[in-house]
Amino acid sequence: MTPAARSLAGSLVLAVAVIAAGMFALSWGMIDVSPGEVVAALTGGGDPGNAQIVTGLRLPRVASAIIAGGALGIGGVLMQALFRNPMADAWSLGLTAGGQLGVALLVTAAAFSGPEAISFLRSFEGPSITLGAMLGIGAFALAMASLARRVGTVTLLVVGLMLGFTVQGIVSVVIHFANRVGGRVFSGWNDGNFASVMPGDLPLLVAPVVIGIVLALVNAKPLTALLLGETYAKSLGTDVTRLRCLTLAAVVLLVAPVTAYCGPVTFVGLIVPHFARAIAGTARILPLLPLAGLAGALLALAADLVVHAPWEQHFLHLNAVLALVGAPVVIGLLIFSPSMRGQR
Amino acid sequence: MLRLEKLSVGYGAPRGTVLADLDVSVSPGSFVCVLGRNGAGKSTLMRTIAGLQGAIAGTALLDDEDVAAMRPQTRARRVSVVLTERSSSPGLTVDDVVSLGRQPFTGWQGRLTADDRARVTDAMAAAGAAQFSRRLFDDLSDGERQRVMIARALAQAPRLMVLDEITAFLDLPGRVETMALLRERARATGTIVLLSSHDLDLSLQLADVVWLLDGRGGLSVGTASELIAAGDVSNAFDTSAVRFSAAHGRFELVA
Repeated sequence: MTPAARSLAGSLVLAVAVIAAGMFALSWGMIDVSPGEVVAALTGGGDPGNAQIVTGLRLPRVASAIIAGGALGIGGVLMQALFRNPMADAWSLGLTAGGQLGVALLVTAAAFSGPEAISFLRSFEGPSITLGAMLGIGAFALAMASLARRVGTVTLLVVGLMLGFTVQGIVSVVIHFANRVGGRVFSGWNDGNFASVMPGDLPLLVAPVVIGIVLALVNAKPLTALLLGETYAKSLGTDVTRLRCLTLAAVVLLVAPVTAYCGPVTFVGLIVPHFARAIAGTARILPLLPLAGLAGALLALAADLVVHAPWEQHFLHLNAVLALVGAPVVIGLLIFSPSMRGQR
Repeated sequence: MLRLEKLSVGYGAPRGTVLADLDVSVSPGSFVCVLGRNGAGKSTLMRTIAGLQGAIAGTALLDDEDVAAMRPQTRARRVSVVLTERSSSPGLTVDDVVSLGRQPFTGWQGRLTADDRARVTDAMAAAGAAQFSRRLFDDLSDGERQRVMIARALAQAPRLMVLDEITAFLDLPGRVETMALLRERARATGTIVLLSSHDLDLSLQLADVVWLLDGRGGLSVGTASELIAAGDVSNAFDTSAVRFSAAHGRFELVA
């Protein structure tokens, strides 16, 4: 099969799997709702109690898992092409941490400038934390992009992870001094979580992600040329500076809202592009985008299912589940992957 | 037709202008070898002609169009480039890399037409890369990679090919084959091939025209025998230990 056919077939299978997993997630929980009742609730009928559980409680969580997973998967493909680094991802290179820092600084600034600023921030919580995350991610992305010119693949990865720890420390300190502000902004800050997204938040989560996906599609062709390096991309008619800016913008639009609403979600963007390449049998960007989006959605959904299974007590965290899957994959890639050869 | 008009190439301070006021014309279908010692300015000149870096002054005209002023996509349809730098590309197959040569001609999706596919297959066959078309580019040896990059440049179907020290990674038969292939392509398609090399013997044998950089900012242009007869080769390459012998057409140690 050609890569295009493999991408199409793989995307169809993944899409079916995402829908099936989504339906299952809507029906499974402390109170089981039958698939027929789920469909009825989604189409606006059925038992009002069940409808409340399905559309009011579970749907926002399931929808945000799908959107966030898809956005992170596509963001990962863009990051790995942009940095020409198979270990690049918004989380692994510290961009997510930048987003957290941006939000933390925004909230601190509000806390110190008085109650009016806080109430303003509260009433526009969604957009303002997204904006804070965008500024932080953008700044960290530019810093890492300039660092990437001077250090190797693995060094960049280590620096990114260390940035994550640094920011975690800073955020803890900020929480310590600014906990008067409280609110959702700091809830579960060290862990990703799809359950904190309210139904009203979904449009604000979706809109930037959709723009990011459009930018990714439009830039897929020149990004493929960039895989050969800057000079060759130029000689193939690519405006490299413009491409870098647009791709970084796409990454920010994809990752910032996810970080703002769901916290730092680890590993999805790092490992999903590798699955997508394996399925497509190529590294050309365009066939990878639907595969990475759907595989990311499936992975996020599956991890969320484990977290929100009807346990007696809820101690599992999303990033713990993702780490159980993701970390061994990354270790395997570092040791065995041909794309890492000569880059250690 | 490639024409350099008062072309000066180089960098900002401290390196400054490397070559100044070059006036040269090359007719279509010529196989041009650019020779000179390390640091004579070969790469700088090649990159400037290919539009990859700006000129200090003057212009390089390809069929009366200023290469530097072309839109990037237009330039990519006219000029293809292979460089000496060791290229790698995470995850691309050989077929993907050669197909990228058609990218300046495709739509936003980069979808190849039947004609594009035929050109890609043809280019791979011509460059001797067809037998590893399904393999990952990064798994190839240096010589094989260079063949793939040449195939990609051929697939671009350019008016001008700029190849900077591409034979450095190839063994001797590989060098002869590659240079003969490029010369044959130039003749068959009317493409101008500009190839810089340290292979003095081969270049002097195969080139239609030789551009000789003397390392002091001078450029001599002519056929190999003209340049040898005029003493330009000795002038560019002789050191206190090595001397070019016009009679034997090769270098000899100073006794």
